[in-house]
Amino acid sequence: MSSAIIVRGLTKRYGELDAVAGIDFEVDAGEVFGLLGPNGAGKTTTVEVLEGYRRRDGGEVTVLGHDPGRPGLDFRQRIGVVLQQSELWPQLTVHEVHRIFAGYYAAPRDVDEVIALVGLDAKREARVKTLSGGQKRRLDLGIALVGDPELVFLDEPTTGFDPAARRNAWTMIRSLRELGKTVLLTTHYLDEAQQLADRVAVLRAGKIVKIGTPADLIGASQTAEIRFRRDGEEVRIETGTPTATLHELTAEALAAGRELEALEVRRPTLEDVYLELLDEDT
Amino acid sequence: MSLLVHQLRAEQLVFWRSREAAVFIFIFPPMLFLLLGSVYDGTIEGHPAADVLLAGMIAYGVANTAFAGLTIQLVVRRESGVLKRLRSTPLPSSTYLTAVLTSTLLVFVLQMATIIVLGWFLFDTAVPTEWLSLAVTVLVGVLSFAGLGVGLASLIKSAEGSSAIVNVVLLPMAFLSGSFGPTRDYPRALQALADVLPLTYLIETLKGVLLEHEQAWEHLGALAVVLAWGLVGLAVALKRFSWEPRER
Repeated sequence: MSSAIIVRGLTKRYGELDAVAGIDFEVDAGEVFGLLGPNGAGKTTTVEVLEGYRRRDGGEVTVLGHDPGRPGLDFRQRIGVVLQQSELWPQLTVHEVHRIFAGYYAAPRDVDEVIALVGLDAKREARVKTLSGGQKRRLDLGIALVGDPELVFLDEPTTGFDPAARRNAWTMIRSLRELGKTVLLTTHYLDEAQQLADRVAVLRAGKIVKIGTPADLIGASQTAEIRFRRDGEEVRIETGTPTATLHELTAEALAAGRELEALEVRRPTLEDVYLELLDEDT
Repeated sequence: MSLLVHQLRAEQLVFWRSREAAVFIFIFPPMLFLLLGSVYDGTIEGHPAADVLLAGMIAYGVANTAFAGLTIQLVVRRESGVLKRLRSTPLPSSTYLTAVLTSTLLVFVLQMATIIVLGWFLFDTAVPTEWLSLAVTVLVGVLSFAGLGVGLASLIKSAEGSSAIVNVVLLPMAFLSGSFGPTRDYPRALQALADVLPLTYLIETLKGVLLEHEQAWEHLGALAVVLAWGLVGLAVALKRFSWEPRER
């Protein structure tokens, strides 16, 4: 499979700060790739280098065969961008904004089809200023898709959403995969990365601390948690060798003729792994 | 070319749909003309007062539309992220800026026509005879003041402050340069200040064209001063203009 994005040793400094301190990753065509990390980890800087907004200080970057350090019009024909914050012309209608953006591209998608895709059909003639936060975000996604791009950048697409709006956004982002789009997504929500991304890179202080499928990231951690109740009190044991530990515990209980009440063996969630990764060496 | 037309239509849609901008930028100069025109009478420097005021108000329209209006629009668009968003589309920056300037020029031409017709109807002002010179003069004026506008927009940091800053520049300039009436009784210091302002020279040329039936090219020196200010604005813009929000 060909790579839509190749990043090798990317660095970007702001004054004294190494916003991105040498990262490597590749995103395959048709893949949904997540950049996960807390605020200030370098997610947006990385994405903005790839979008052609920022010049990198070092490293090699190829996006759809182009160097985004010199973004040409052909490159811009093929990408779609959802910025973290943007407020488009508040007085225009949803349809008008889509139509204006469609006019910039050589082979745009049908405007009404895109409006339906992002679930704004009912708001087609509504002014942008009357939309809710979630609806504005869908408008952002709509105008990112109207040019029929191969690659879509989504910078924190659901920040500030209520849970229902987030679920809707997730459904929409999943539909991008069905359209065959490559998606680069940044988020500081773990469940979002887990729900949407084929692979995830965890960023911390400008470096990638882990990269892989959500399942890989969890599997990489050897610890498991065993919980049960003894004399009404909860016991929690963290272990790197769950089989042996569990064997000892059950043998002991059997010998004593006791029951391990409320016995539970739990694999770490991505959240546990994530927090562990962010905690290392700090 | 079709992309330019597309963006020009978008600019016009955005402009007229935004009531506040349309009122402030389009309505204000004709409104001021109505107010001042009903106050002044008699003659100024041997010409009917309303005719002198007409020249001043057309020049004020240039500054109001191409300088003040454009500055505020650009700052608001930059800070709201529209400029940044457009940057990632295949719309070339040069096409975008050309469309914005053409749209501004279009708005001004409609405004000037409104002012001329109002003057003719209500104050019996003379209809311009030197149309080509009038066109050349306002074109130089609109482009130069737009240059100043883009330059000032590059220096303003927030959308909230933009209209305050713009008015602090615009209104004293218009007053000093004689948009609102003759300046011959102003103190010497104020007149000296007026002598460096671009609006002074635009008014001078417009008076020549409208009142004396002179040609624009008989005022090359004055137009050169206007143009020089425009280039100063452009130079600032080339150094400082940003497509991205300043505040974050």
